[in-house]
Amino acid sequence: MNADVSRFVARDMAPARSPPVAAAGLWRWLRHNLFQNAASTFLTLTGLGFIALLAPPLWRFLVSDAVWHGGPSACVAASGACWTFIAQKLPFLTYGSYPEAQRWRVDVVVLAGFALIVWLLSPRLAHRNLAAGLFFVAFPVAALVLLHGAPALGLATIDTSLWGGIFVTLLLGLSGIVFSLPLGTALALARRSKLPLIRFAAALFIETVRGVPFITVLFLANFMLPLFVPVTWEPDRLLRPMIGTALFGAAYMAEVVRGGLQALPRGQTEAARALGLSPWASLRRVVLPQALTIVIPGIVNSFIGLFKDTTLVSIVGIFDFLGAAEAARADPKWQGPSIATTGYIFAALFYFCCCYAMSRWSQGLERRLRHGPET
Amino acid sequence: MLARHMPLGFGFWHQTAGFDIEQALIPFAASSSTYGTAFFVGLLNTLLVAALGIVLATLLGFLIGIARLSGNFVVARLSAAYVEMFRNIPLLLQLLFWYNAILRPLPAPRQSLHLPRGAVLNNRGIMLPGPHAAAGSWPMALALVLAIALGAGFLMAARRSRKLTGYARGLGWWGLALALALPLATALAFGPPLHVTMPQLQGFNYVHGLSIYPELLALLLGLSLYTAAFIAEIVRAGIQSVARGQREAAAALGLPPVQILRWVVVPQALRVIIPPLTNQYLNLTKNSTLAVAIGYPDLAQVFMGTVLNQTGAAVQIVFITMGVYLAISLVTALAMNLWNRRMALHER
Amino acid sequence: MTTRISLALVTLTAMATLAGVAHATSTLDTVKQRGMLQCGVETSLPGFGIPDDKGNWTGLDVDTCRAVATAVFGDPTKVKFVPLTPKDRFTALQSGEIDMLSRDTTWTQSRQSAQGLLFTGVNYYDGQGFMVRKSLGVTSALKLNGASICVQQGSTSEQNLADYFQTHHMTFKPVNFDNADAIIKAYDSGRCDALTTDASGLASERLKLGNPADHIILPEIISKEPLGPSVRKGDDQWFDIVQWSLFAMIDAEELGVTQANVDTMMKSTNPAIKRLLGVEGDYGKTMGLTNDWAYNIIKKVGNYGEVFERNVGSGSPLKLKRGLNQLWNKGGILYAPPLD
Repeated sequence: MNADVSRFVARDMAPARSPPVAAAGLWRWLRHNLFQNAASTFLTLTGLGFIALLAPPLWRFLVSDAVWHGGPSACVAASGACWTFIAQKLPFLTYGSYPEAQRWRVDVVVLAGFALIVWLLSPRLAHRNLAAGLFFVAFPVAALVLLHGAPALGLATIDTSLWGGIFVTLLLGLSGIVFSLPLGTALALARRSKLPLIRFAAALFIETVRGVPFITVLFLANFMLPLFVPVTWEPDRLLRPMIGTALFGAAYMAEVVRGGLQALPRGQTEAARALGLSPWASLRRVVLPQALTIVIPGIVNSFIGLFKDTTLVSIVGIFDFLGAAEAARADPKWQGPSIATTGYIFAALFYFCCCYAMSRWSQGLERRLRHGPET
Repeated sequence: MLARHMPLGFGFWHQTAGFDIEQALIPFAASSSTYGTAFFVGLLNTLLVAALGIVLATLLGFLIGIARLSGNFVVARLSAAYVEMFRNIPLLLQLLFWYNAILRPLPAPRQSLHLPRGAVLNNRGIMLPGPHAAAGSWPMALALVLAIALGAGFLMAARRSRKLTGYARGLGWWGLALALALPLATALAFGPPLHVTMPQLQGFNYVHGLSIYPELLALLLGLSLYTAAFIAEIVRAGIQSVARGQREAAAALGLPPVQILRWVVVPQALRVIIPPLTNQYLNLTKNSTLAVAIGYPDLAQVFMGTVLNQTGAAVQIVFITMGVYLAISLVTALAMNLWNRRMALHER
Repeated sequence: MTTRISLALVTLTAMATLAGVAHATSTLDTVKQRGMLQCGVETSLPGFGIPDDKGNWTGLDVDTCRAVATAVFGDPTKVKFVPLTPKDRFTALQSGEIDMLSRDTTWTQSRQSAQGLLFTGVNYYDGQGFMVRKSLGVTSALKLNGASICVQQGSTSEQNLADYFQTHHMTFKPVNFDNADAIIKAYDSGRCDALTTDASGLASERLKLGNPADHIILPEIISKEPLGPSVRKGDDQWFDIVQWSLFAMIDAEELGVTQANVDTMMKSTNPAIKRLLGVEGDYGKTMGLTNDWAYNIIKKVGNYGEVFERNVGSGSPLKLKRGLNQLWNKGGILYAPPLD
């Protein structure tokens, strides 16, 4: 080390500080958190002033000046939110143009999907292999039959052009995770493959998809897919963005899963192989269960991003929740200065509740996982 | 594609476009410009919104990230509320909100709101007094280049001197003064290099001055507020990753708080911050394609929208567009990796 | 990266060529096998193509699809309507997702020569116009110098607009979206001074505004917009069917055959009516249809005049005059070749 180290060090003693203020209870808390010194007091007052400035107009818009009842005419001159617009359009915003008598089919699919996700992603629940089987194989088939219809089973066919609203948003989210998780896992394994060609192909796919905006992937799926598959397939207009979403999600999921695979000590695989397990069995019984459990929070976060991204399908003409909200807003019967804002606030509340709940859950999981696996 | 009778090849690139673009950073005229020029107009608009968005998002994100760690309860809570609110609502929704709910209801040009200094706000955007380079402003250009070079030289000298001796010499301040004085002297000697035009209502719209269209404004607002929430979280994690003992040790050595931040906390935090920050910059650039929803003429809207519609060369155009974003991503990732390597811990 | 992309392009082109082979089968067979005509229409344009809350479609273009479905199946309900934005209308046809496009699409040389479409006729002669707010005090399009103008992205309107302003040495600021509703909202909220599209479209979009009476349509018509159905190139039989389904409706009006009197007209002695209704000759069979194809169209969809009045004329909120779309012998330019 340099002998001249004294040059870099202060030569004078720092001035003595005054002893901390002794106080207790509420007073102490206030002193500590709000009015510790002049700067802190200033910040507190600015913050409180900010809230005081924002809260009253917000309250007036959302509650006291809002229109809660009545038809389109009630909102023509409303200065507050037009909640009656939301109330009247709620069926459309939830189900799109799905026939009213058949809407129970939607409810069943969505509830089943969520029950299975919770089962799958909760480290504490048992039989998660069964859940995975149900979720990734049985559920998509059953959902397709139930939603699209099977005349043989007495379920009328309902064309996807009638599907819309929150239901399509949830469907896109569900299908996103159903297909992107297995696909992402496969890609992550491929990227760690010993065969250079497979490794290269997986890396190429992952990096390309992650390097381009989601909207271009959607365009590709929407315009190109029908050009590149035989005419007789005629991929459905809703199916195309679903495929786009799944592929896009898979590339991001692959990186999350790869993180989990890398975090797993080598010894695990080696021990499994030493016990005489085949490579496939060691992967399925030893590596994947552990790697995937480690990255559950990452999977959930990735899924939150995917869920928010599903709003982009409205740009390629799918009536997801946001698309339906925009269509409802364009209804010439509902003319009012606050219609647009009301629609957006309602949509924002929906997305916020979904995403915030998921992110809290993932944070909770993260904390629990950090304290070691539960058995 | 032949079987589908779709246009092949890239011949469209040199065809006359025949449509107009509201915001073009390079000269663009419907009657003479080509689809190729339209591509560059779109690309420049993308780069413009991305660059401005990155600057704004970084400033706001660092501010909020630091505020979240504040000992002040109100400030910390407000910042946390900001982060949770903006990152849990889809960006597209936020963009539509800014564009349709906030900027749309502004008054028409004839009833514009007049802001201080001749600026005007209406539903066609913000019109600011606009600077234009005056004729014969080359001495100023020269002076600016010289000033920047000199300033940088002084700064480097100051850095070296501090490294050698341990003392800050104030050479940096000299450099700064020189960098300011040189252009100022040039302006006095040769006359002002810029003349400012005021926005004026003429017919339907304001002309002259600098117009910032509501589409750009909404996109910029949406992108920077959204990305700032993510940057704030990254900054918070970065600062928290610096062990408490580091600050305490620096304080014990007698470093004043600003220097603790500058020489101890920030360099260590940056190591944690930079990789995810790069990702956010890339995300912001990629998210700028949401411009298509609010009609901002970025690459996706102009090229993958209008040009695609008019030429029908869908396959070529979608792949070119993807290629451009891929290239931007790769170049940024490369540049950030280089910087990151410089910042990384050099262990012996 | 370039190599990667060209590699991908080569692969995709190969796939496209493979897929193209499937086209070799005739469109008529495909449609019959499917039991359903797939027809590309507007997403939401009152009078031309718009679904109601329950997904029932109405409009002039929609009825053009129904006429073709009736010619093939004798049943106007055997159509699946595929709503398309301007952006994906041509790829949808090229890819075979739809069998025909009937979505107020202007017949232009480049669309026919470069984009592989074949227009079969004109079901509405239109021209591009402007709509402005009354309060603006503008009475002519020539007074729009410097205005912000809303225009749909990727339409012929976008190019006509630029041409018109350039010819008259005026400037304008374009504001464009690819979604018709977004444009209307932008115009309604004052983001632009004028809205431009086909005159029929203006009449239709005006109904979507908060207060239609506050807006006027300027007298200038700045372009020719022959709107009509189109098919993919390379299937002449299918082209004939789509073309003559429309011609049959026009000929029926000219011959005075209506939905109401078509059954009594079967006994007509007029040879032209006999040929049209399939009483005489094998005109349907030569196109691979039954000989009562035109009878079915008139009986179940109506003649051109009836379809016009019902969707955009006096029987609709649009109240458009026949104008150019009147028959040639009544002062218009609507002229269908004889069924002979």
